[in-house]
Amino acid sequence: MTSRLEFWQGNTACAEGALAAGCNFFGGYPITPSTEVAEHMAAKLPKKGGVFIQMEDEIASMASIIGAAWTGARAMTATSGPGFSLMMENIGFAAMTETPCVVVNVQRGGPSTGQPTMSAQGDMMQVRFGSHGDYAIIALCPATVQEMYELTVKAFNLADKYRVPVFLMADETIGHMREKILVPDKVDRVARKPFVPGTPPFRVTDPDLIPGFPQFGTGEHVHVTGLTHDERGYPCATNPKLHGSLVKRLVDKIENARYEMADYDVINPAAEQVFIAYGAPVRTVQQVMHNKKDTNIGFLRIRTVWPFPEKALAEFKNAKRFLVPEMNLGQIAREIERHVRVPVRSIPKLGGELHTPAELVEALEEKS
Amino acid sequence: MSYEDWYREDRLPHIFCAGCGNGTIINCTLAAVDSMGWKKEDTVFVSGIGCSSRAPGYILTDSLHTTHGRAIAFATGVKMAKPDLHVVVFTGDGDMAAIGGNHFIHACRRNIDLTVVCMNNQIYGMTGGQGSPTTPKGCLSSTTPFGCAETPFDLCDLATAAGANYVSRWTSYHVKELEKAVKAGLETPGFSFIEVLVQCPTAFGRRNKFRQVADHVEYLRAHSLLKAKRDRMIEQGEDIPADMFVVGEIMRRQRPALGVKP
Repeated sequence: MTSRLEFWQGNTACAEGALAAGCNFFGGYPITPSTEVAEHMAAKLPKKGGVFIQMEDEIASMASIIGAAWTGARAMTATSGPGFSLMMENIGFAAMTETPCVVVNVQRGGPSTGQPTMSAQGDMMQVRFGSHGDYAIIALCPATVQEMYELTVKAFNLADKYRVPVFLMADETIGHMREKILVPDKVDRVARKPFVPGTPPFRVTDPDLIPGFPQFGTGEHVHVTGLTHDERGYPCATNPKLHGSLVKRLVDKIENARYEMADYDVINPAAEQVFIAYGAPVRTVQQVMHNKKDTNIGFLRIRTVWPFPEKALAEFKNAKRFLVPEMNLGQIAREIERHVRVPVRSIPKLGGELHTPAELVEALEEKS
Repeated sequence: MSYEDWYREDRLPHIFCAGCGNGTIINCTLAAVDSMGWKKEDTVFVSGIGCSSRAPGYILTDSLHTTHGRAIAFATGVKMAKPDLHVVVFTGDGDMAAIGGNHFIHACRRNIDLTVVCMNNQIYGMTGGQGSPTTPKGCLSSTTPFGCAETPFDLCDLATAAGANYVSRWTSYHVKELEKAVKAGLETPGFSFIEVLVQCPTAFGRRNKFRQVADHVEYLRAHSLLKAKRDRMIEQGEDIPADMFVVGEIMRRQRPALGVKP
């Protein structure tokens, strides 16, 4: 495979990754700092035979991509915090109806309107738990412009494979950063599981718990509802057993596959002090690792934050402490605490600026 | 084929109350759809939440029963992604005019090629009878126990002002007229809006002196004012009684539409 060298902004790389992955529907609403994704799609998508539509709000954006996905489209939207909050209800609908779609969240400072032009990672718990009820999703975090491209492609493939909304949880830093990127000529595409004609549309026979996809317009007459439904797709909202098994399956099909889809790097696994990072803080950790050149400092760099790949933590057998720099008040640090017996040192950073290497070194050298 | 062939028989019986008019509207809509000669696999019904929105669940096509108020936004995604599909939306006054009002006016503005049938029972039936944006002034509901103090929307005026290509209003009494109106809507490229005033004995009628279903349907008939007659009355300077509502074809035009295959 050949590739070409470009110098792109993260948001451009995301849009180009989507186009390479075969995205043919984008429904969106302008919001800083994600708008360049929509602008790029508006310019490029119609020329490739796809559809770009600017909806009246983010609620409608999310609705439109779900509608498009059921016709077979590879559909996507992009937003940031306030828009993400508006999307929550229909994200739950996508999870309940097992609709493959991709949502990009270029995170900015919150809560509320917060810091529109500044970077943050404050939506990492919202992406996992923000809609009502129990469900599971997949969330990917890019730390480079290259990963904005690659993880967008991956998001489409995971969405189609697992029939679930997949989130590219970027941040303003990576979204607006310009850097070198190698653009491949071709990317891998994973198709949705084919549907066996004439069978109940939500019947699951495979151990992966994923039903085949009965696309609209193919004569399957599928009824899609956000209500608790049986394998025919018919509402059965007062059946306790059926509701339990449906919700359990929606969660298990993602959680059971966490290692199949896990994407992380383990550096210096014998180290005693171990950084864990995703998104923009990865870059500061890399600077510290580069400056220190100390094999007793480990680094777990995570790209698939949800479902959380907790087994990766066990690779650091000598770990005495995990240090977790995040641009929030310790959202994923708390998740890590659930899985380890050694201290977890959250290094929160609010305000929109990256951690400085000095701040990480200070945490590294403090007496625990 | 007849309209009956479009029903998903293994889903019956339905959940609508005794005396509900929604079934009448679904029958009329399906009769119109059937007369178009469309194939089931090329037709999609979309709805939001509420009594009206249960309709697609009883129809043997691909159907999308979505979130409250968002049916038109979902339908926009379906239609834009695959313009070959015929997309019909069932909605109600609460679903479309309250929580979904923004999607409604923007779909009218885009003039996207959808047909929207709004079952206007002037109340929230599914949740037990709360006031809606179309509850008439003075009417009783569980959230307007002293009479509704607010002015209701005229949904057809709203659709016309916002840019829809086809707009008409009928009632559950006018079954033949309604079927023709839905058909005209299906035939018109662009956004078609058909409002149907419908009796709701359980939530509206019981609180508003319609002890019998027939009394309410008769009220709807007696208070319907044909658009042609209304226009004549205006021309002759006559007063239009406040409790009358206009029925008939309110707008039909050929503005450029979105989502139509060239």
